[in-house]
Amino acid sequence: MANFNEKSKILNPEDIRRCLYRLTHEILEKTSDPKELVLIGIQTRGVHLACRIKEIIKELEKAEVPLGTLDITFYRDDLTAVGPAPLVKETAINFDITDKVVILIDDVLFSGRTIRAALDQIMDFGRPRRVELLVLVDRGHRELPIRADFVGKNIPTSDKEQVEVRLKEIDGKDEVVILEKSS
Amino acid sequence: MKAITWEKKDLLGLEDLSKEEIELILSTAESFKEVSTRDIKKVPALRGKTVLNLFYEPSTRTRVSFEVAAKRLSADVINIAVESSSVKKGETLVDTGRNIQALKADIVVVRHGSSGAPAMLAQHLDISVVNAGDGWHEHPTQALLDIFTLKEKIGHIEGLKVAIVGDIAHSRVARSNIWGLTKLGAKVTVCAPALIIPPAMEELGVVVTNNIDEAIEEADAVNVLRMQFERDSETAFPNHLAYFKEFGITEERLKKAKKDIIVMHPGPINRGIEISSEVADGPSSVILEQVTNGIAVRMAVLFLVAQGQEIKK
Repeated sequence: MANFNEKSKILNPEDIRRCLYRLTHEILEKTSDPKELVLIGIQTRGVHLACRIKEIIKELEKAEVPLGTLDITFYRDDLTAVGPAPLVKETAINFDITDKVVILIDDVLFSGRTIRAALDQIMDFGRPRRVELLVLVDRGHRELPIRADFVGKNIPTSDKEQVEVRLKEIDGKDEVVILEKSS
Repeated sequence: MKAITWEKKDLLGLEDLSKEEIELILSTAESFKEVSTRDIKKVPALRGKTVLNLFYEPSTRTRVSFEVAAKRLSADVINIAVESSSVKKGETLVDTGRNIQALKADIVVVRHGSSGAPAMLAQHLDISVVNAGDGWHEHPTQALLDIFTLKEKIGHIEGLKVAIVGDIAHSRVARSNIWGLTKLGAKVTVCAPALIIPPAMEELGVVVTNNIDEAIEEADAVNVLRMQFERDSETAFPNHLAYFKEFGITEERLKKAKKDIIVMHPGPINRGIEISSEVADGPSSVILEQVTNGIAVRMAVLFLVAQGQEIKK
């Protein structure tokens, strides 16, 4: 496993907070009736971002939006190519998504393969009216024709770099950093 | 929590597994359980893989459970029952295995009357072998689903008192349960008529008794095994009624046990022999939940061995 050094800090806690408020406003601008919305977070950090957005919608609109979680392990296309499987986390979509606007939420958009897997899985749960993708960071390097509808920050990266989103629920603090492979 | 990964291509028994590996199967099964509650009960995890069920002994529930599990993973399933195969024409187990491998199957699920048959097959093949019961040796997926059900009901295994009652001598289910439960820190008591308790049972780290009331007195759960009268008539109990009287799990008997004791049975149940109808259908029984959980556990096992096989390559 290659070592990575922290190269630069892109977002601080305050930036992340503002980003999430802006993104929530954008969601509500496009779909003004919160009753049409459902949020689905991709394990693990996407789930925490989805929780925060749910709270912001509650604050802004006084509305409860259903929140589901998705683990895409069983839908991956590289299951046997990347070595041992990570521990599979919970998938829980305990509401009907048919005819809803699904906001699919993840921390970093990269190759697009995770999103492909998530879309396949969502379709197994029902037929939403629309699926829109929200990511905190888009770092480019797509391998599939997938784009995000709501982007916190575009961070062009080289393939030697990695983007790491840290959230206080898991990592103890909020920040987005770029890591570089040390030679 | 230490991250643990699965690196074995086969599942041959619980004796060979670490505590962490058993826990990994159980937590993976938790995730798979959700799949069976969906309208579309299928995930593409093993799409394009072929699972072959090779059963040298009659089995309906285990074979069907493996078949359902494989199909919910999107694998293709082929069932071979021995009566209709060329084993009858004298083919050896290993030759049959090599033919299965030549067919490009990815996983073979095998049940065999001889202890160690799946292990021998695994040694000769590059594809994954899953033991679905071998002789009196092990039946790992049954024990895993028993343990999964217990964990789901009670929340933990460590420190639990589990009684295993019935035909211990002929029971691969008992052996696998003993390995699995003791590794996870449960205290196991086995109870059977004195004549059919195999020697040196205590060496497995269990308490042995032939008094049923004593066995279940403090137990959090009792796993009731079928008396296998057909296996070995001379050592078995004189008759069904006498067995029921002395060892059968009845409401009367459970009154002396913990109020919330859990009653398990791997099936098929013989009402009025090892368990009364009232108990089998009563509030303590989780027998049908075991069947449902069996699918999730077998999905987890098939999924993990398929990955283990890739890592080995």
